[in-house]
Amino acid sequence: MATVSYKDATRIYPGADHAAVDKLNLEIGDGEFMVLVGPSGCGKSTSLRMLAGLEEVNSGSVWIGDQDVTGLAPKDRDVAMVFQNYALYPHMTVADNMGFALKMKGVAKDERESRVLEAAKLLGLEDLLTRKPKNLSGGQRQRVAMGRAIVRDPQVFLMDEPLSNLDARLRVQTRTQIAALQTRLGVTTVYVTHDQVEAMTMGDRVAVMKDGKLQQVDRPLALYDSPKNLFVAGFIGSPAMNLLPARVVDGGVELGDLVLPVPRETTERATGADVVLGVRPENFELSPTGEGLTMTVNAVEETGADSYLYGSLTGVPHDQQVVARVTTRTPPSRGERVLLHIDPAKVHVFDKTTTERIS
Amino acid sequence: MRRPAGRNAPLDAAGWHTGPVPRFLSAKPDARLIPLPWGTPLAEWPVEHLVALPRGISRHVVRFIKVGDQVYGAKEVVEHVAIHEYRLLHDLRRLGTPSVEPVAVVSGRVDADGVPLDPVLITRHLDFALPYRSLFSPGVRHDTVMRLLDAMVVLLARLHLLGFMWGDVSLSNILFRRDADTFAAYLVDAETGELHDQLTDGQRSHDLEIARVNIFGDFCDLEAGGLLDESLDPLSLVETIESRYHELWDELTGLEEFSDSELYRIESRVRRLNALGFDVAELDIQTSPDGRTISIQPKVVDAGHHSRRLMRLTGLDTEENQARRLLNDLDTFRARMQLQDADESVVAHQWLTECFEPVISAIPPELSGKRDPAQIYHEVLDYRWYMSQREDREAPLVKATKGYVRDVLNTLPDEAMSRDVLVTVDGGDHRLINPYDPSLGFVDDLEGDEGPVHDPWEEAAEGIDAGQAEVLDVDALRRRG
Repeated sequence: MATVSYKDATRIYPGADHAAVDKLNLEIGDGEFMVLVGPSGCGKSTSLRMLAGLEEVNSGSVWIGDQDVTGLAPKDRDVAMVFQNYALYPHMTVADNMGFALKMKGVAKDERESRVLEAAKLLGLEDLLTRKPKNLSGGQRQRVAMGRAIVRDPQVFLMDEPLSNLDARLRVQTRTQIAALQTRLGVTTVYVTHDQVEAMTMGDRVAVMKDGKLQQVDRPLALYDSPKNLFVAGFIGSPAMNLLPARVVDGGVELGDLVLPVPRETTERATGADVVLGVRPENFELSPTGEGLTMTVNAVEETGADSYLYGSLTGVPHDQQVVARVTTRTPPSRGERVLLHIDPAKVHVFDKTTTERIS
Repeated sequence: MRRPAGRNAPLDAAGWHTGPVPRFLSAKPDARLIPLPWGTPLAEWPVEHLVALPRGISRHVVRFIKVGDQVYGAKEVVEHVAIHEYRLLHDLRRLGTPSVEPVAVVSGRVDADGVPLDPVLITRHLDFALPYRSLFSPGVRHDTVMRLLDAMVVLLARLHLLGFMWGDVSLSNILFRRDADTFAAYLVDAETGELHDQLTDGQRSHDLEIARVNIFGDFCDLEAGGLLDESLDPLSLVETIESRYHELWDELTGLEEFSDSELYRIESRVRRLNALGFDVAELDIQTSPDGRTISIQPKVVDAGHHSRRLMRLTGLDTEENQARRLLNDLDTFRARMQLQDADESVVAHQWLTECFEPVISAIPPELSGKRDPAQIYHEVLDYRWYMSQREDREAPLVKATKGYVRDVLNTLPDEAMSRDVLVTVDGGDHRLINPYDPSLGFVDDLEGDEGPVHDPWEEAAEGIDAGQAEVLDVDALRRRG
């Protein structure tokens, strides 16, 4: 096991006019599950590959523990890429399917068997070790693939979109299992995904990237509750945070036909009068006082005790669709107007020009 | 478009299903594919649409499907992967890489109950292809194995020269074709591939490591199934792959330095690359400031030195070593006919009509599926050489062709499309559990696999709702802290 450190690590592809990864500084703790997340082209896979040795580091360095691995060949780094895209060998037992790579490395038979048994116990595959893979379920096959990486006993696991080829059910099943397994194994893991739900569900910490730059790294709940900038605010959360144009006025921030009381020390941080208010869908409620923002409901989606209301707010541009999650026994109908209340303490305020959080 | 109704699909007055219909993404559409039962999972397709051809193992459901006299490979896989692979295979073909031809992606499939099915990637079956499971079997000659490994190494180096990182090099993802006395390897699965401008050393090294592990696993699996010749050791086979790859890569791209008195080494390097089947498109030549040291390094090399020349002269599309053999025969023809001063393309046309075509047209049509034409010509030349040795005079080509058909071709198995579903091992036969899916193994692999097993992970997974994939459960996040 080991820590991983990126120190000003930069990758510029030949002929490119900007860095694919720009001065990345990231410390990953020993045994930590770190998820790199962001949209396509944000640099998350490149960052992982710099750690794996597949991409050159043009400047800066990458460390595993106290060793600078920047110039090392991939096979000398003691990392394992967990490869979900595998075929199981039909004539070999589950045990051999897990342990054959150790045989290639010259690991003695007793040692091989002991490592395979240990991994199989962790993976709930103990009773299947002597069987051929023909009758294994999709989930069991995934676990055999994980077993192949576990028996190698690497310092760091690397996973690049490992669930992207699976159907939705197997994806949920496998992500839960990977997270549980990583906790039990305690091996430092760097995991890349474009899916923020996957990232937030699995990671001890999540690093959000955009345009080659690290935007924020924090525990999932901290990212959700205190996004550092507009990009993180809009990217993390499903449904996404409502990001609404507003103006700084005396006594707070004006949104549509409402002035929300926002502390002066917050509004003073704004570089101009234009700000963006961020409101999570669950931070709206149907106004109990007869005051609030008027929403014209375009669609209603009921999920158990809660309803998601989709619509537009009076005074806010109509192309700005707003989502509110409210608890009510009598959800409004399509076309109806409702009054929404927002708790000012739960509003996120961003500077429109710098896009940084100011609240 | 309409298609026959499924069990619960909405029907129109004529009994046709009016629900969602599949969508075909295709550059060269084959209309005969459209009426196939796309509303049925590939694993459940009626056998009248299938053909059982030998192939490697796969994680996905893969079948060979037949429409008319054409056979296609079909792979059921999630949409973004299907489209990625379809486009990548197109790029590889455009770059002249030996790979299977992508035909279509069929998406928008739903079953009779309206449940979505994964798209299907369709590729054209490679005629005269020999899957590895039939090539390393007991009785195989050691030099044949080395030629197969060399073919694989050449393919990997060619792909790496183009900037292609395969990501899943394995024997299952390669097909071999005969190429004169050697083999040519073809890529048949590009699912994990990536095309870059240029690969880093780390990417090549990673690909090679994947190749080592996967191919070692492939050989161990053949060994476990009794399908590997006992004289072959999986470990030494994969070590051979690595060392041969490095030798070839160094020859293709390495920097060579020599003194200014050895300028002939420039020509030697080019000739060595030509002999390996590569043309040098760009050679970087540098001289030291004192002019005493010359360094050369190939910057752009293209595979297909001989096959391109043969294609230009005759229009014949062959493998590289077949082309080398045919070009040698063309040169011999030129000398024998004393045509040294004639235009090369005129001589080539004469050779084609007086030598090559008469041999190929003398092959009975019912035997033409045993070898492709260039391979037949190569084998006829071999046969003629032995015949001439025996008779102590040069045997005429027509007579040699008749002898070859009678003594050799008649006895060979059909390789255009082998339908053998039995795998012979040490005199016994192993029957595949499913003749259309070798990934499931043999019937006798199942011995001792009866009875349920306790698997707490599967039990815990039973209540999982696929809808959870899309929704962030904030309450659970807060409980976690």
